[in-house]
Amino acid sequence: MISSILFTILLVGGLGFFGWNVMKIRSNINLGLDVNRTDNKKERWKTMTLVALGQKKMFTRPIPAILHLFIYAAFVITQIELIEIFIDGVTGSHRMFAESLGAFYTFIISFIEVLSLLALIATFVFLSRRNLIKVPRLVMSEMKGWPKVDANMILFMEVILVTCIFTMNGADEMMHIAETGESYGFTVSSFVGPLFFDGLSIETLHTIERIGWWGHIIMVFSFLNYLPYSKHLHILLSFPNTFYSNLEAQGKFTNMASVTKEVQLMMDPNADPYAAPPEGENTVPQMFGAKDVTDLTWKNLMDSYSCTECGRCTSSCPANITGKLLSPRKIMMDTRDRLVEVGDNKRKHGADYDDGKSLLGDYISEEELWACTSCNACVTECPVNIDPLSIIVDLRRYLVMEESKVPTELAGMLTNIENNGAPWQFSPSDRLNWANEE
Amino acid sequence: MSLIVPTMAEMIAKGEKPEILFWVGCSGSFDDRAKKITKALVKILNKCEVKFAVLGAEESCTGDPAKRAGNEFTFQMQAMMNIQVLDGYEISKIVTACPHCFNTLKNEYPELGGNYEVIHHTQMIQELINQGKLTLEKGDTFKGKKITFHDPCYLGRANNVFEAPRSLIEKLDSELVEMKRCKTKGLCCGAGGAQMFKEAEKGDKEINIERTEEAVETKADIIATGCPFCNTMMTDGVKNLEKEGSVEVLDVAELIATAADL
Repeated sequence: MISSILFTILLVGGLGFFGWNVMKIRSNINLGLDVNRTDNKKERWKTMTLVALGQKKMFTRPIPAILHLFIYAAFVITQIELIEIFIDGVTGSHRMFAESLGAFYTFIISFIEVLSLLALIATFVFLSRRNLIKVPRLVMSEMKGWPKVDANMILFMEVILVTCIFTMNGADEMMHIAETGESYGFTVSSFVGPLFFDGLSIETLHTIERIGWWGHIIMVFSFLNYLPYSKHLHILLSFPNTFYSNLEAQGKFTNMASVTKEVQLMMDPNADPYAAPPEGENTVPQMFGAKDVTDLTWKNLMDSYSCTECGRCTSSCPANITGKLLSPRKIMMDTRDRLVEVGDNKRKHGADYDDGKSLLGDYISEEELWACTSCNACVTECPVNIDPLSIIVDLRRYLVMEESKVPTELAGMLTNIENNGAPWQFSPSDRLNWANEE
Repeated sequence: MSLIVPTMAEMIAKGEKPEILFWVGCSGSFDDRAKKITKALVKILNKCEVKFAVLGAEESCTGDPAKRAGNEFTFQMQAMMNIQVLDGYEISKIVTACPHCFNTLKNEYPELGGNYEVIHHTQMIQELINQGKLTLEKGDTFKGKKITFHDPCYLGRANNVFEAPRSLIEKLDSELVEMKRCKTKGLCCGAGGAQMFKEAEKGDKEINIERTEEAVETKADIIATGCPFCNTMMTDGVKNLEKEGSVEVLDVAELIATAADL
């Protein structure tokens, strides 16, 4: 009875606090500018199914992909067992579905156990990739401090989670044998039980089983509530994030409609530059490009929360490979960190609060932005379809169009285009000379 | 053999209409190395008796480097001027040997009112060979040679054209060898995003050197590309590695023109 009440408090509290954090993240994402990503639903479902559910893009690097698949599959399948754990927790029953499902129950739990064991192995490999082997993309400069702690913490939590499952099932197995003379027949715990818990009294076994059970469920709620503070949020956001993917050709940069209007006016010989704008038209001067997170689209912001800091983008970035400061992963991490800061400020000090800082300058430097070759390698690599390039371009647009901060050589190139229709200083009338040259 | 290069203005004056417009691009018009690619393509078009035209002095930068550099104003000014010219001539189909022009014309002009069917020259040459209009009489020129293809970012990843250039190389009597990073994983030459027109940021290596080293590792005799900027970057890379004597950088159009004995 007491344990049922305790469990219910844990359940309501755990879900409630998580829900509150989800609302915060939602409102932060909604600080972004509007962009339409609801067209072509069929293609969007397909993309989400292949990329998020099917992990298609992970498999370009097979080893981490398979290890990740073990953890992912264990996580997804364990949700079935969680249903039983919730019911057992609230009602005080024990293995609610065991009797009614019979052999199928044995199969499901065995399946979960095998996946959990594989996930445990994968977790240890991942820990060693980060801390012993030190895979380059996992130990770069932006991964120092909290990102490193965060990554290891997730893996430790997974180790505890799986250990609790086997403690629970192993002790239960021994109790079951002592009480009925029969094994549950679960694939892993029928070995784990005799190996670790042989010769213990029923009472001790019961206590161990309870420790496992409570340990597991407390970890589940801890993990759930850790997500909003961690890169591990990708386990949820990768689904909407791939659904709202950019479906256009990667080479297409967005068209700035605000510029189109001005250019049309410039090119129209009949336009009166001093004419009053038509009634009802927005006359507030528009800002070109992005200086802070609120100038980016909501999809850019969702991208930043979906990033799991795997660094596939950075490890394929030609600028980063050749030692330049640019790292697409850092662009995403900076965007997220700045967004959290802006969101918290707005909630604390009101919607109009300005802390005098911005994404451009305080987080991302001009040197990083100008190192980008716009090659789209980062966009192609990302396993959850994040687009760091569009943020880079919008920040460049602000630099160039609002602050006229262009590298000198590029300023020359732009002048050439404006004056003679080519990025170099050639006369437009010489354009066809090649046809008559030997 | 002298080249036949009719301009749109000349065609219209004669009351004729081309099947396709050849968008030469700034590099193809002014850069000495790229002009050779332009001429190779014209030789192919002439040989196949394709009724094409160029804009000549009426052509202007598509605005690609301005847009990538963040100057949307200059880009849209260029785009709208070009669209006026193209629409004035009622152009519906365009071929270009520059993936940057290709991408901009194909993907970024429609929203400004310019709608054209745009193809890359490797796609057009592939079509001409498939239709039997072009035969590679001297296909054995490259016999026994190893050729590697460097994917231009704005052709490959940006627009998913990976097979057309490769299918052309496979038509030669040679061996196509792939670099470690190829197709969707291809490494940029370092010129995109307006980098062509500026010094690189501080780092420990130039991107084109990294890429050229990778190409040289394949032991290829020829590095083939389909982009005038990639061509420049890879040629510089080969010079830097002092491999001019053993490795050549050629556009796919040049390979085909040579193999067709043009």
